[in-house]
Amino acid sequence: MTEHHSPLHGVMGEFETPEQLLAAARKAREVGYKHVDAYTPFPIEGLAHAIGFRWTAVPLITLIGGIGGGLTGFGLQYWCAAISYPMNIAGRPLNSWPAFIPVTFELTVLGASLFAVVGMLALNKLPQPYHPVFNVERFASASTDRFFLLIEAHDPKFNLAESSRFLQELSARHVSEVKDEE
Amino acid sequence: MSVTQPPLNSPDIRRLDPVLEPGHTYASVTDKIAAVVLTRPLGIGWLAGFTLAFGVVMLLFISIAWLVIKGVGIWGINIPIGWGFAIVNFVWWIGIGHAGTLISAILYLLNQKWRTSINRFAEAMTLFAVACAGLFPLIHTGRPWMAYYMFPYPSTMGIWPQFRSPLIWDVFAVSTYGTVSLLFWFVGLLPDLATLRDRAKSRYQQVIYGILSMGWRNSARHWHRYQSAYLLLAGLATPLVLSVHTVVSFDFAIAIVPGWHTTIFPPYFVAGAIYSGFAMVLTLAIPLRKAYGLEDFITMRHLENMAKVMLATGLIVAYGYFIEFFMAFYSGNKFDVFLAEQRLHGPYSHFYFALILCNILTPQLLWFEKVRRNVVALFLMSLVINTGMWLERFVIVVISLTRDFMPSAWGRYSPTFWDYSTFIGTLGLFVMLIFLFVRGLPAIAIAEMRELVHESDAKKGHT
Repeated sequence: MTEHHSPLHGVMGEFETPEQLLAAARKAREVGYKHVDAYTPFPIEGLAHAIGFRWTAVPLITLIGGIGGGLTGFGLQYWCAAISYPMNIAGRPLNSWPAFIPVTFELTVLGASLFAVVGMLALNKLPQPYHPVFNVERFASASTDRFFLLIEAHDPKFNLAESSRFLQELSARHVSEVKDEE
Repeated sequence: MSVTQPPLNSPDIRRLDPVLEPGHTYASVTDKIAAVVLTRPLGIGWLAGFTLAFGVVMLLFISIAWLVIKGVGIWGINIPIGWGFAIVNFVWWIGIGHAGTLISAILYLLNQKWRTSINRFAEAMTLFAVACAGLFPLIHTGRPWMAYYMFPYPSTMGIWPQFRSPLIWDVFAVSTYGTVSLLFWFVGLLPDLATLRDRAKSRYQQVIYGILSMGWRNSARHWHRYQSAYLLLAGLATPLVLSVHTVVSFDFAIAIVPGWHTTIFPPYFVAGAIYSGFAMVLTLAIPLRKAYGLEDFITMRHLENMAKVMLATGLIVAYGYFIEFFMAFYSGNKFDVFLAEQRLHGPYSHFYFALILCNILTPQLLWFEKVRRNVVALFLMSLVINTGMWLERFVIVVISLTRDFMPSAWGRYSPTFWDYSTFIGTLGLFVMLIFLFVRGLPAIAIAEMRELVHESDAKKGHT
């Protein structure tokens, strides 16, 4: 798949505690690795920051969804009641906006929620049926009690022997090569 | 302060029960919760319970089929009581459906650790309760296949729903609530589905949980976006959960019918919804923790906290009943005064007194620690409160409709067999879905429990 047809995706170090992983992730960034990822059975505070991931577009997407939903909600009601089918009921205003608030509110929440979830999944590139990390047998414990640090092969500083040694020195309990069989 | 103060480690000071019994590791919580789904064989209890519930669902199907054949005339409704059981049950179910999102969203924003082990099945309960609730207005139309008339779509007739009507607000509020609850539930489930995928032994389990977990791989980048989305959903669901029962109460409060046209309705409906929702969570949690040995995760702390929430919301509901009476007399409006008297002396007064007994008097026992810490007493209390909340909706719907402005418009209401069979049928549907959920998906949020283990370990490290 890659230019060099390299079947290697990276090397992965396995750690026993979140603190060890956090320290290792910071160290990896310090020595100059750019393409690292970490895998943990539950979210760990500061870990995303430590692997160099700071900003996420999820809140912005949610805001857009909310504004879009609200405008759709109010616009729909205004258009139906005042433009498409105006009904004069005892001279009351056609744009009776206080009565339109509940539906506008509901559609604001609906739009924002749908965008938040779909946006989160899309940014995470899910659903994704295949990923090389699953080729590592020990990786299954990333959803139980093990913490993994991956140095990706396309990192400019990556070198199989050196990067493996680097992870071992960081007290990784086990270091595995991640093969990309696709 | 004084010399007689006992030392901090004295056994005389009662400590709060932990939210997680000590001694658990990441692996042990994962094993225990995942095992219920993946490896535990089907017990006779589960099979018997499921079969019974499934039978009751058949009763629901028969009732609906007969309804479609004959029309809503098979129910006890007639003018002036057009609403009857269908609306009573709708409001009751939707009220129960409030606890899940309250626990998941509001307690999450308030950083309450005790929400962790009860949020998942409370959310599932919410979804199933909303499904049961949504059924009633649908079949109450008599022609459920025409229900799409309620949605704004460009029809050849060129007409649109009446957006100034609370009944249309209800359509939007309930469908939004159902959708957002489903999203919230699914987002919460995603890492746990990945856990099940990683632990699944049989091929079909691997395929099913593999598809459902969408390739989630616990990456720090995934978690970062996930937490951002989850927090935003919690923030969005919080006003939403308060709005839904507010809109349901508008169905009544916007009308001019005596006993309905009051401004206390929105807050007291919301409090009542939380009250009945927590009662239903207890009704489910107590047997669940016993049957699957989850006492370490759903501890006395959870049960006691839920009892306290019930006590507090029960008092708000009691205040609502009091204000209804006060405002009726204070307004001097003779129709409101008459309706208040009808609640006490009218043909349905025994329902009203049963309601006061179930919703106000009995729950005062929750002031006593002995009652709050007695599992059997709490279970019975939750059933009493659920009954009381159903009676509340019956009192609101039926008494007002049978006694409005003109004596010539008065009437009586008595439900028929089909009213009861439909209601009991939805109870069966609810229980059946709960049975399926408990065996098909993790009933406790596994990833959040691991986080809890991490936090309690970290706390221990500091002392």
